[in-house]
Amino acid sequence: MTKGIKLNVENISLVLREKERNSTLLDNVSLEICHGRVRALLGPSGSGKSTLLYTLNRLREISEGKIFLDNTETRMLNVLELRRRVGLVMQKALFFAGTVSDNILYGPRIQGKELPDPDHYLELVGLSSDFADRDPNTLSGGQQQRVSIARALANNPEVLLLDEPTSALDAQASEHLENVVAKLCRERQLTVVWVTHDLQQARRIAQDVTLLYHGKVLEQGEAADFFRQPSTEEGKAYLEGRLGGVD
Amino acid sequence: MTYLALGLSLGFVGLAAIVSRYQELGLEKDLAIGVIRAFIQLTIVGYILSYVFAAQNSLYIFLMIMLMIIVAGRNASKRGKGISQAQRIVLMGIAFSEGISLLLLLGLRIIPATAQYIIPLSGMIIGNSMVAAGVTLNRLNSEFRLRRGEVELALSLGATSKQAALPVIQSAVKAGMIPTVDSMKTVGLVQLPGMMTGQILAGADPVQAVRYQIMVMFLISGASAITSLIVVLLGYRCFFTSHAQLVLGDS
Repeated sequence: MTKGIKLNVENISLVLREKERNSTLLDNVSLEICHGRVRALLGPSGSGKSTLLYTLNRLREISEGKIFLDNTETRMLNVLELRRRVGLVMQKALFFAGTVSDNILYGPRIQGKELPDPDHYLELVGLSSDFADRDPNTLSGGQQQRVSIARALANNPEVLLLDEPTSALDAQASEHLENVVAKLCRERQLTVVWVTHDLQQARRIAQDVTLLYHGKVLEQGEAADFFRQPSTEEGKAYLEGRLGGVD
Repeated sequence: MTYLALGLSLGFVGLAAIVSRYQELGLEKDLAIGVIRAFIQLTIVGYILSYVFAAQNSLYIFLMIMLMIIVAGRNASKRGKGISQAQRIVLMGIAFSEGISLLLLLGLRIIPATAQYIIPLSGMIIGNSMVAAGVTLNRLNSEFRLRRGEVELALSLGATSKQAALPVIQSAVKAGMIPTVDSMKTVGLVQLPGMMTGQILAGADPVQAVRYQIMVMFLISGASAITSLIVVLLGYRCFFTSHAQLVLGDS
């Protein structure tokens, strides 16, 4: 394990046993996610991108292999601590009952910690403090996702996992969110793993990419190299929109 | 009541059978089976109770209560499909609330320690606990599926299983207690409860019957609450692994 690697995924598999039959969601996946960089997880629907994301903060248990965070196997860490260090923003912005501020402070509150100023986290995602007392369900899609990011940031994570956060947003709101994340990476040295379907978005945000297909890694490396000259036929097919989804 | 009078009351079932026939509901066979089963079951229970009441043997009382708990537990656990250990959880909930209720009733000398009091009251406590356990379990199951996103969101923010399940827990306990609370609110206005009606029909003073009924209502509300709480607190754990991961049978 080299220095600069934040998350190291070593030969992980995830097999589910459903009604007498096994289905393999992840098959011998390995990748290294570097500190302070954005890695895009690409692949058609059902390729295992979200499943892989959920294994990184242990919301899903792997069947085989190991995942290391800063050289410590994640299974050796307290799982609640791991989830604070590796924050997650889901595809659909969901909120607990209460105001934007209540939602942002959820993480610190359940730990019984002294509550930080929610305005600080709103500012980090480019929202004014006027939003603090609003009902999050009345906000626009883009604002809701930014509140979701602020809520994850209130745990002071080192890694941020984003599960297609812009899939329901228009182009302008998506770009705004991309800029927010890019700024967080730059200023807070945050490591980001971003699941996306959108190749243009991956081009804009990611320094590294991993292409998954049927739960396997097809190709990975620097984003610039991948987009210029994919090293596999499947990679080329994916960029040309010829690699079909599983479901 | 004479057997002749009892036989004549069958006429009401006949009326139901005519409605079923006329409306082509096809319920005649079920009605006939229901009549025969109710007759046989209740007659057997009547004889057993006369024997147990006459014997005044604590072991018989204990065995009767155990039988009631097991039958109620098996019945209520059917509502918890997909929850591992549903039966064990429901049995524990019902047994515990029955135990606490009897301890209070006998310990505070609210009722005498005789089979005539213990068995019918236990029947009411266990019956209502069974309903509460079934409703609670059912709600627990459906709420976890409905609120899956919210629960996983809480887990992803570092919540413990219990913290993440809190809205589900609250909703399930509430659902389990609502039938009892609602019936407490309308008791006497909408219907005269079975126990009171029975006592009045048997010639007891209505005021005395009312006092017993009030005690029973209080008892049942406490027992339902205890049962729901135990079922929920043991049940929610079945939806999580030891590493605070949500598991929903189908996922």
